[in-house]
Amino acid sequence: MSKFKKKRGKSVPAISTASLPDIIFILLFFFMVVTVMKDADLKVDVVVPEATELVKLEKKSLVSYLYIGKPKEKYQNVAGNAPRLQLNDQFAEIGDIPLFLEKEREKVLEALRPLMFASLRGDRDVTMGIVQDVKTELRKNGQLKVNYSARLRANEL
Amino acid sequence: MPKDRQAPEINASSMADIAFLLLIFFLVTTTIDIDKGVTVRLPPWSEEPPETLTLNTRNVYSVLVNQHDELLVRGEPMELKELRDNAKEFIINPKKLENMSENPKKAIISLKNDRGTSYGVYLSVYNELKAAYSEIYEDESQSRFGETYEQLTIDKKKAIRADIPLVISEAEPTEFGAED
Repeated sequence: MSKFKKKRGKSVPAISTASLPDIIFILLFFFMVVTVMKDADLKVDVVVPEATELVKLEKKSLVSYLYIGKPKEKYQNVAGNAPRLQLNDQFAEIGDIPLFLEKEREKVLEALRPLMFASLRGDRDVTMGIVQDVKTELRKNGQLKVNYSARLRANEL
Repeated sequence: MPKDRQAPEINASSMADIAFLLLIFFLVTTTIDIDKGVTVRLPPWSEEPPETLTLNTRNVYSVLVNQHDELLVRGEPMELKELRDNAKEFIINPKKLENMSENPKKAIISLKNDRGTSYGVYLSVYNELKAAYSEIYEDESQSRFGETYEQLTIDKKKAIRADIPLVISEAEPTEFGAED
């Protein structure tokens, strides 16, 4: 049976790389799907505090982000270096919160609006004064579900 | 010229390079951003000042964080790391002491801060108070149902939460240390 004759002494055939692009494409698609482009260009420095009682925010579309922190160095000549509030892509005042919340609510189906969260991404070093003002404004506008953004604390207190 | 000549095969070996390039781009831009945090429910706003409840002082666990980030718990200074166990003891009151909560249902935690308190410390304090409650829920769930709190059905969780309600009342902050 010549069909099953041992091919001895022949060099190893080169491994076909034809399927390499396919593998790479699969990886590519994975990362394309997983990627979340940063939705806001941060103009304030935010290092979130550490905590242990963390809850995950599942639905990103139901979350409105409020950033509080010191303006980044390149914006300090315009915005000063006192802690500021950032909504979407720009510095904002406390008085801008109602309109911001209204716009965020409009993006969401009416039935889902009670499930909306405000995610407060505050820098750990800002004072409570500005945080308190933001909280009061959120309360006045009926946005009572709030999530203080935090990282998991790795070591003991 | 023979018409039925086969079209030359396109060299696809650079396809991998193109795909790699795209892959690296997405690898770099990816931020698998898991949004986590401490969830709170703020009380609804009302213009009228809240009615002054006359509470038995033994049931109130007052926590004050001042503008130097120091803790004052029921009139005594305290370190942050002691807060969790202290709060737990106050809520459950295992020895039925006179100066601690009559029962977990009546216990109220009152949290007050200055405008100059740093947000990081405030959140740590809030976190410790919440942690005290979740540890109590865990113990309660183990002794009542022999399961971890996570595994309980919603009804059982509700039953525990009804007996040991988490009440953290936040007072308006004082003006100390306010930034101008």
